[in-house]
Amino acid sequence: MSEKREMIKIEKLNKSFGDLHVLKDIDMEVKENDVVVLIGASGSGKSTLLRCLNFLEIKNGGKIIVEGKEIDPKKDNLNKVREQIGMVFQHFNLFPHKTVLQNVMEAPLVVKRKNRSQAEKEGKELLEKVGLAEKADVYPSKLSGGQKQRVAIARALAMKPDIMLFDEPTSALDPELVGEVLSTMKQLAREGMTMVVVTHEMGFAREVGDWVFYMHDGRIVERGEPQELFNNPKEQRTKDFLSSIL
Amino acid sequence: MPSFSHFFETFIDSYPVFFKGMLLTLQVTAVSILIAIFIGLFFAFLKISKIKVLEAIANVYIYIVRGTPLIVQIFIFYFGLSEYNISGFWSATLALAFHNGAYIAEIFRGTIQSIDKGQMEAGRSLGMTNALTMRRIILPQAFRRALPPLGNQFIIGLKDSSLAAFIGMYELFNVATTAGSNNFDSMTYLLIVAVYYLILVFLLTTIVSLMEKKLSASD
Ligand SMILES: Nc1ncnc2c1ncn2[C@@H]1O[C@H](COP(=O)(O)OP(=O)(O)O)[C@@H](O)[C@H]1O
Ligand SMILES: [Mg+2]
Repeated sequence: MSEKREMIKIEKLNKSFGDLHVLKDIDMEVKENDVVVLIGASGSGKSTLLRCLNFLEIKNGGKIIVEGKEIDPKKDNLNKVREQIGMVFQHFNLFPHKTVLQNVMEAPLVVKRKNRSQAEKEGKELLEKVGLAEKADVYPSKLSGGQKQRVAIARALAMKPDIMLFDEPTSALDPELVGEVLSTMKQLAREGMTMVVVTHEMGFAREVGDWVFYMHDGRIVERGEPQELFNNPKEQRTKDFLSSIL
Repeated sequence: MPSFSHFFETFIDSYPVFFKGMLLTLQVTAVSILIAIFIGLFFAFLKISKIKVLEAIANVYIYIVRGTPLIVQIFIFYFGLSEYNISGFWSATLALAFHNGAYIAEIFRGTIQSIDKGQMEAGRSLGMTNALTMRRIILPQAFRRALPPLGNQFIIGLKDSSLAAFIGMYELFNVATTAGSNNFDSMTYLLIVAVYYLILVFLLTTIVSLMEKKLSASD
């Protein structure tokens, strides 16, 4: 069996905001096709970790290696790195002045400089894929939260990223809209997308997660396969957290 | 007060000179506002640059504009620029641009900063540079939000252009006062010029609200 490619590897990652030490010596590895689920209480540093991975926040110490290459924020072109890493936000962050299709086409047009007809064709295919082809020409304000998040996923996919980061993609949604977003994400996982997902949806973690990392106070205190971590947590803090949310 | 029929007859008879004055008023206003928009955008960027020196430069500019009467600014431009053979038209226009630019800078600064910071992050996460995200994502939304206060500032700019009369521009207000004293009938001509300004303000308001409508397709 051939070893799977390492998509992201981080070593001793540290991040502070002023005096606040938010990430403490994080080690983490994400292999090709893996779905890594990050869980942990609010404020434990999950978002900051994700944002360090695509350099929306710049680490204070440690190494971040993306697809085999260590990234130096001072020297490397971070925009290029971000092209490889898609991100989906809790609050969607769609561009409200652009239609659904324009949202999806924007980055391919202006970053990859694709020609318009090609970008449009690919944009429509992606909307088809997330089940929103018929919404191509409406503005985001006319969509439900679940639809917005699926457009946001299509928009990130339009850059053909190798890795997708999801920061609580369903936390801002009404309960009845969570399912449609999760099923889009499950489909992506089945297609082999490498994903790092911050979520409180334990059903999703069990079903599609390859690994679950539990974060507490800036550290990954326990990691394991979902069945193992959920059924037999070893750390007391993990047990407490799981019993608080289940 | 003049009788209505007298007012009406004078309005019709004086139409040609007022029309000329109106064209000049419109020119001064339009050109100065256009320049003021660029000045405003420039200083708005200085203010949000997070670079202390640049912020300070913008603050000094805004402070000077706010702290001195427009009529003084116009005369300073007029006497200052006359050395370089610059016409009264351009003195007045540049002074008004300099003046309105400060207020427009504050309008843009406010609306740019009011755009949710998730928009910048979304752009960055797609591989767009800061500048590209600013131009493609933030500014279009900031412009749209700026439109109502900008419209207000345009109206102020239009009315303030009357001060160009004091450096000899033969714009609407100057036409009215000159014709008024020549005919020993100032009140009638002042009422007429008031009507002209009202019409122009009405047109300006209409144009701005049409633009707002057009840009609100995404709401
Ligand atoms: N830009 C920032 N400036 C200062 N503190 C921040 C910033 N972003 C996050 N923090 C702080 O870092 C800690 C971790 O936040 P976050 O990564 O958002 O946690 P989580 O996503 O797990 O809820 C929190 O205490 C938060 O207040
Ligand atoms: Mg978070």
